[in-house]
Amino acid sequence: MSTVIESHHDDHGHDHGPPTYGLTRWLFTTNHKDIGTLYLWFSFVMFLVGGAMALVIRAELFQPGLQFVRPEFFNQMTAMHGLIMVFGVIMPSMVGLANWQVPMMIGAPDMALPRLNNLSFWILPFAGSLLVSTLFMDGGGPNFGWTFYAPLSTTYAPPSTTYFIFAIHLLGASSIMGSINIIATILNLRAPGMTLMKMPLFVWTWLITAFLLLAAMPVLAGAVTMMLFDIHFHTSFFNAAGGGDPVMFQHVFWFFGHPEVYILILPAFGVVSQILPTFARKPLFGYASMVYAVASIAFLSFLVWAHHMFTVGMPLAGQLFFMYSTMLIAIPTGVKVFNWVSTMWRGAMTFETPMLFAIAFVVLFTIGGFSGLMLAITPADYQYQDTYFVVAHFHYVLVPGALFGIIGAVYYWLPKWCGRMYDETLGKIHFWLSFVSVNVLFFPQHFLGLAGMPRRIPDYSIQFTDYNMLSSIGAFVFGFSQLLFLFVVLKAIRSGAKATDRVWEGAHGLEWTLPSPPPYHSFTHPPKVTEAEAHS
Amino acid sequence: MAAPNRSLVAKLSLLVVGMFGFAFALVPIYSLFCKVTGLGGKTGGVYSYDASSAKVDPDRSVTVTFITDNSAGMPWDFRAETPMVRVHPGELTEVKFYARNPTDHVMVGQAIPSVVPLPAAAHFHKTECFCFSRQVLQPGQEIEMPMRFFLAPELPRNVDSVSLSYSMYDVTALAAADSKAPKT
Repeated sequence: MSTVIESHHDDHGHDHGPPTYGLTRWLFTTNHKDIGTLYLWFSFVMFLVGGAMALVIRAELFQPGLQFVRPEFFNQMTAMHGLIMVFGVIMPSMVGLANWQVPMMIGAPDMALPRLNNLSFWILPFAGSLLVSTLFMDGGGPNFGWTFYAPLSTTYAPPSTTYFIFAIHLLGASSIMGSINIIATILNLRAPGMTLMKMPLFVWTWLITAFLLLAAMPVLAGAVTMMLFDIHFHTSFFNAAGGGDPVMFQHVFWFFGHPEVYILILPAFGVVSQILPTFARKPLFGYASMVYAVASIAFLSFLVWAHHMFTVGMPLAGQLFFMYSTMLIAIPTGVKVFNWVSTMWRGAMTFETPMLFAIAFVVLFTIGGFSGLMLAITPADYQYQDTYFVVAHFHYVLVPGALFGIIGAVYYWLPKWCGRMYDETLGKIHFWLSFVSVNVLFFPQHFLGLAGMPRRIPDYSIQFTDYNMLSSIGAFVFGFSQLLFLFVVLKAIRSGAKATDRVWEGAHGLEWTLPSPPPYHSFTHPPKVTEAEAHS
Repeated sequence: MAAPNRSLVAKLSLLVVGMFGFAFALVPIYSLFCKVTGLGGKTGGVYSYDASSAKVDPDRSVTVTFITDNSAGMPWDFRAETPMVRVHPGELTEVKFYARNPTDHVMVGQAIPSVVPLPAAAHFHKTECFCFSRQVLQPGQEIEMPMRFFLAPELPRNVDSVSLSYSMYDVTALAAADSKAPKT
């Protein structure tokens, strides 16, 4: 009897496409794949915008002296580049990956809250345009760095700061709604048999990231709300003259800001933990320890914020506490790197493009992690504070870290998403161009910082010229290499060879049991979670 | 929305609202933390000094240096008339500060104190200070402002010199806004 009903259901409910086509398909869509695609394209557009700003910065820093832009505009470029890359590129593209992958990896038909999903995406283009539009307003856009320390962002801020505040509110609301959706999907829509400790690591990292977002983003919303009050309603949260304290801004900001950096990197940890076992043809080494490591990193991230502000003046006990707690994070991170290397150890490895990006991630992220450890040493930090060493450090964890994770994920899952393979040769060219240029771009910045070149300054002393030229050359090669990435993706979508359902010989996981491209609604019937398809 | 989703969303929303509130709760938590640890070098409010019961430590001398500066855009002449004194812990000392409004309009100033080393801040007690209230100066007016303080004998032994810095802020606009707004 039940078979009859099921087959009847199948005839009507299986594999129907989007309800409408054209613009309204995208505007009104509640489908996780459509929304994932929108997130990813939005991030790519913002990536080009934020990247263009980075190239303005690097063009200006090619030589000492002022060549192309006024210092005021340079400041707006450094601030907007950071804001766009953090809030407009890395965060939305990670949410895009989660939208595409989480339902397919846990055996769900769609996200748990599809309409909320539509809203969380469609806020973004408005928030993004609001943020970018400040550049064209009187007095220019944000010129106080992506960290927008008060009183630079209150007393001395350009008038457009109010728009910036609302843009941050909207971006925050979008990621909070996205996180609620992801948590609800993971906790309530797993296929029978998909227990928490059988979930793929990408799903685990996103579950933990979503909780980090829920705890951290409201604090940022609080900080910008206080700024709004200080600017317009004569309160004195951060105004010393009225009894407030600008240093408190830094505490509130970094209480959000440090969990934020793990929000940016944890999903990339998840991606790498999917890619490495596939191409090493071995299960992930130390699955449970990976889960616990991510959870401890997330927990510790709330206890280390003041290591960003050692030089503001802090009791010795405070400096010691934040130094040791920061160094403690190196332990779970070390566990992860150890497990990734052990996964590859004696594996039957092949080096397709996603694998190349994943291996580069492991090596270069670790370099960024080590420079982070150097910065954690309080007495040494007094030398590194606000120099290019800090710039080199966080670009190493964010570009060959988070961004390589995202690019690797796109190469890894693109054949599944569109049913067509990308051009492997072009992919490898893209990888090698990116890999070499990213190091030419950021490695010399370590030396510049150690030699004392300050960050966020449009001019520098002539002894810094050689390394700055090298860095700028790397920047332009890296930037234009990403247009090749765009070409590879478009070529795959339009004319790539047909991909198999499994795509990669060593791939395990529920998403590979679906056809390529997958049906509009992934699993209308809960799949059987076999041992082979559980966490890979 | 399905029931399990509804209760989960309610709980998660509560977390979001709670964390938003926590950001604002950080304001009093931070000032309490500063008061306890001396973080930020903030000195406390009005202290009373009882000469009969005060324990003066004549064997110990501490150098107190006074530093003054104007915040950006503040045109007042503002300086300490005594740049430095040597005091015994527990002994009440008076020093004078000078301020003049060189502009042709009425201005309101607020001095904000800060003490280094930070552990000394909690032991720096003032019985009278011009920083306790806003100073209103007429065009061209000059004033001499007294400040009476003593160092608590509990001042850590390794502290033999303390610097007190005053930054003078122009709060004319803030004062005008406050007087317009109904006091709550």
